[in-house]
Amino acid sequence: MPDRKKLVVAFAPFWHNGNRITDRSLQIILAALPAALIGVYRFGTPALGVLALAVSSAVLWELAFNRVAKRPVSVGDGTAAVIGLLFGMMLPATLPWWAVVTGTFLAIVVARQIYGGVGANTFNPAAVAVAILMLAWKQRMDVDAALVNYAFDFPAAFPLAAVKAFGNSAVKDLSLMDLFLGRQVGGIGTIGGAALLAGGVYLVLRGVIRWEIPVSFLAGMAVTAGIFHAADPARFAPPAFHLLTGFSLFGAFFLAPEDSSSPVNFIPMLIYGAVVGSIAVLIRNIGVFAEGLVFAVLVGNLIQPLLDKIRPKALGKVS
Amino acid sequence: MTMTKPKPLWGMGRPRLEYTQLPARIERPEPIRPAGPVTLLHLRPAEGKAIPAVKIGETVKTGQKLALYGNGDYVTSPVTGAIAALAPFPGSFGRNYTAVTIAPAPQEVFDDALSAVHRTPSLAAAADFLAAGPGAPGLPRLADTERPVKTLVVCAVDQDLLVFTQQYVLSARGHDIQNGIRILKQISGIEEVVILTRKEAVQGFGHIVGRVMGVEHGYPSALPPLVMAKLFGRVVPAGRTCEDLGFCFMSAEAVASVGSAFGTGRVPVNKLLTVILKDGAARLAEAPIGTPIGDILKHFDAATAEGDRIVIGGPMRGTAVYAPDHPVQPDTDAILLLDAAAAAHVSDYPCINCGECVRVCPARMQINLLVRYLEAGKFEEAEESYDLDACVECGLCSYVCVSNIPILQYITLAKHELARMRRAESPNA
Repeated sequence: MPDRKKLVVAFAPFWHNGNRITDRSLQIILAALPAALIGVYRFGTPALGVLALAVSSAVLWELAFNRVAKRPVSVGDGTAAVIGLLFGMMLPATLPWWAVVTGTFLAIVVARQIYGGVGANTFNPAAVAVAILMLAWKQRMDVDAALVNYAFDFPAAFPLAAVKAFGNSAVKDLSLMDLFLGRQVGGIGTIGGAALLAGGVYLVLRGVIRWEIPVSFLAGMAVTAGIFHAADPARFAPPAFHLLTGFSLFGAFFLAPEDSSSPVNFIPMLIYGAVVGSIAVLIRNIGVFAEGLVFAVLVGNLIQPLLDKIRPKALGKVS
Repeated sequence: MTMTKPKPLWGMGRPRLEYTQLPARIERPEPIRPAGPVTLLHLRPAEGKAIPAVKIGETVKTGQKLALYGNGDYVTSPVTGAIAALAPFPGSFGRNYTAVTIAPAPQEVFDDALSAVHRTPSLAAAADFLAAGPGAPGLPRLADTERPVKTLVVCAVDQDLLVFTQQYVLSARGHDIQNGIRILKQISGIEEVVILTRKEAVQGFGHIVGRVMGVEHGYPSALPPLVMAKLFGRVVPAGRTCEDLGFCFMSAEAVASVGSAFGTGRVPVNKLLTVILKDGAARLAEAPIGTPIGDILKHFDAATAEGDRIVIGGPMRGTAVYAPDHPVQPDTDAILLLDAAAAAHVSDYPCINCGECVRVCPARMQINLLVRYLEAGKFEEAEESYDLDACVECGLCSYVCVSNIPILQYITLAKHELARMRRAESPNA
C-alpha cells in the first residue's frame, strides 16, 4: 500500500541557525535607537520629525521602486527602514522635509535599487545620500547654521567646525565627558557617543557587525589625528576629540560596517577600517569639509572589492 | 524540540555545532525485519539498454551476490526469496539505478559462496563479496594496485550531527573491527591503520591494532579532507581526493563487516542505523539492507505528515527522499525524520555580503563571491577563480546564510555539471 502523503524533498543542510535579514535589520535599529533618542531629547520634536520622515519615506521609496520595477516587495526585510533611520540620524534637526525626502530617494533609489537592490549596492546608501546633500545644500546641512535658533546650556558650536576655523584653542575647554554624553551639537543621532558605543558593542556581540571594522576604524582615526596633533598642537585637535565629535562613532559602528559595501576577510577589514578612519581625519584636518566622514566611507566602499582580493588560500590550493 | 539550532544570542554569531556523543546508556539496537519485500538499488550502466542478468521469479539466497550488468557494481541479497520486480530507479545527479525487489520467503537459506573461501582471506574475495555490505567498504579501491593505499583510516566517528552509529559499532563490535583490521592488513599492502575516535575516547581503544587518533568535537572536523589536514598534516589538493594521497577512509562498520564475514563465512546483510525522530529522540536499529525506511519508522511508531522530510543521513549532509518506501542502503548510517515546521527552508533572496559564510567555511573559500557566479550559472569561472573544487561539502555556509541561499546545493550542482561537461568533452566519451 503506497503512502500517499507528500514529503518535502530539499537539499542538505536541513538545519539553519535561524538568522534572517529582518533580524539583522531589527538589531541595527535597536542598536541605533538610544543614540537617536538622545538626539530627539537634545533637539526636540523637529529631530523626531526628521527621523520619522526619513524612515517612512525610505520605506515608501523602496515600495514605489518595487512596484515600478515590478520586483518582489522587499520592504519587509527592514533594510530600507535601516537606511532611512541611519540617514536621518546624520541630518541636522531642522532640515526641511523636501530635503529629507530627496535624501531618502537618493539613498534608496539611486544608491541602492539602481545598483540591483539589497546586497548589490557598492556604496553605503545613507552615506551617498548625505554626501550629495552636503554638496547640493551646503547651507542646509551646516550644523551651526541649522541650529542657530536653539539655545543650549553648553557651547553651541559644531566642535569640528570650530576647530577647523579657530584651531585647537577653540575646543580646548570642551569636556570630553560632555562630548561623550551627548552635550554637543551635530547630526541628530550622532551626538550621543556613549549610546553609539553601547549600540555598536551590542551589534558586535550579536554578530551583526564585525569587530575588525570599527576597531581599525577608530584606531586609524586616533593614529592619524595623533600624528596631526603632535605636528601642530595649536592647529589640530587631539585624537580623543576627533573620536567623540562629528560622525566618528556613528561611522565606526553604523556606516563603515554596512554589509554590502564592506569587505569580509580579516586583513581587508582591518585595512578598510583604518583607511576610512584616517581619510576621515585627513578631510577634517586638511580638507574643505569640517566633517567629511561620509566621503571617507565612500572611498572605503570604492576600494572594498580590491581589498577583498587579499584572501586566505583555500584548502588544498597551491597557487 | 525544534530541530533548527538557533544561533547563540551572544558570541559573535559563530555556530557551535558539535557532533553527538554516543549516550552512556544506550539500549541495544532494535532488530527490525522488513514487513514486506526489500528493495536493492543496483547502479545501471550509463548508456544503452542493458539487460539484467537475473529474471523476475528467480530465487535468491541470503547473502547472494547479484551482479546485473557486469559493470562492476553488485548488490547482496539480504533475504532469501524470489525476485518480485526489476524497475528503473532514478537517483540524484544523473545516477540511474535498477531497483531489485525481493519478496522474502519464510525459510532463510544462506548463500555458501563466501564460506567456501573464507578460511583463506584474499582481497579478490573481499572485493567480490563484501563491497555491497554494511558500511559499503571501499574494497574495490583497496584492490586497485595502480594507486596503492598506504594508510587505512577506520572512522569510528560519525560524519554528521545527531548520528552515533559508528561510535556504537566501535563500542560494541571491537572484536570484529580488530579481526577486520587484521584481515585487511593481511590481504592488502596497507602499511598503517589509524582509528578515528572522539577526542576523549582515544585512551579507551588501545587493544585494537592500530594507532588511535582523536577528532575534535566541533562539526565538521570529522570530514575526511579536514582529518587529512588537521590530524595527518597532509592537505588534499583541491579537486583531488584522500585516495589520491594513498589514504582510504572506511567506516568502523565496514571494517567490522569484513572481520565478521571472514570469521563466519557469511556475508553480513544487516545495517546499523541511528533513527532520529521528530522529537529529537535517537534510537539504534538494525535492519537488513533494502528494508523500506517506512518499515523502520513504523517500528518506532513515528507517523509522517504532509510536508515532513525523511532524510537519509544527518541534518547537515543527508539526502531527503521522496517516499517512505525508499530502502536502507549499505551506507545509510541514519534516518532523520523532520517535522515540516522544523526544517530549514531556502529562498531566492540575494546575497547581502554579510560574510558569515566566509568566516565559517573550513575550506576558507570566498563563498560570498562564489555564490554570485553559481547563481549566474558560471561554473567554470567559479572553479577557476573562486575555489569551487576546494569545497568539503559540510553545509555550514547554507546553515548560517541570512538570505537562506541553498549554497551547498549550488556548489554540488556546479561540481556535478562540471564533471558532466568534462566527461562529455573527454575523447573517450
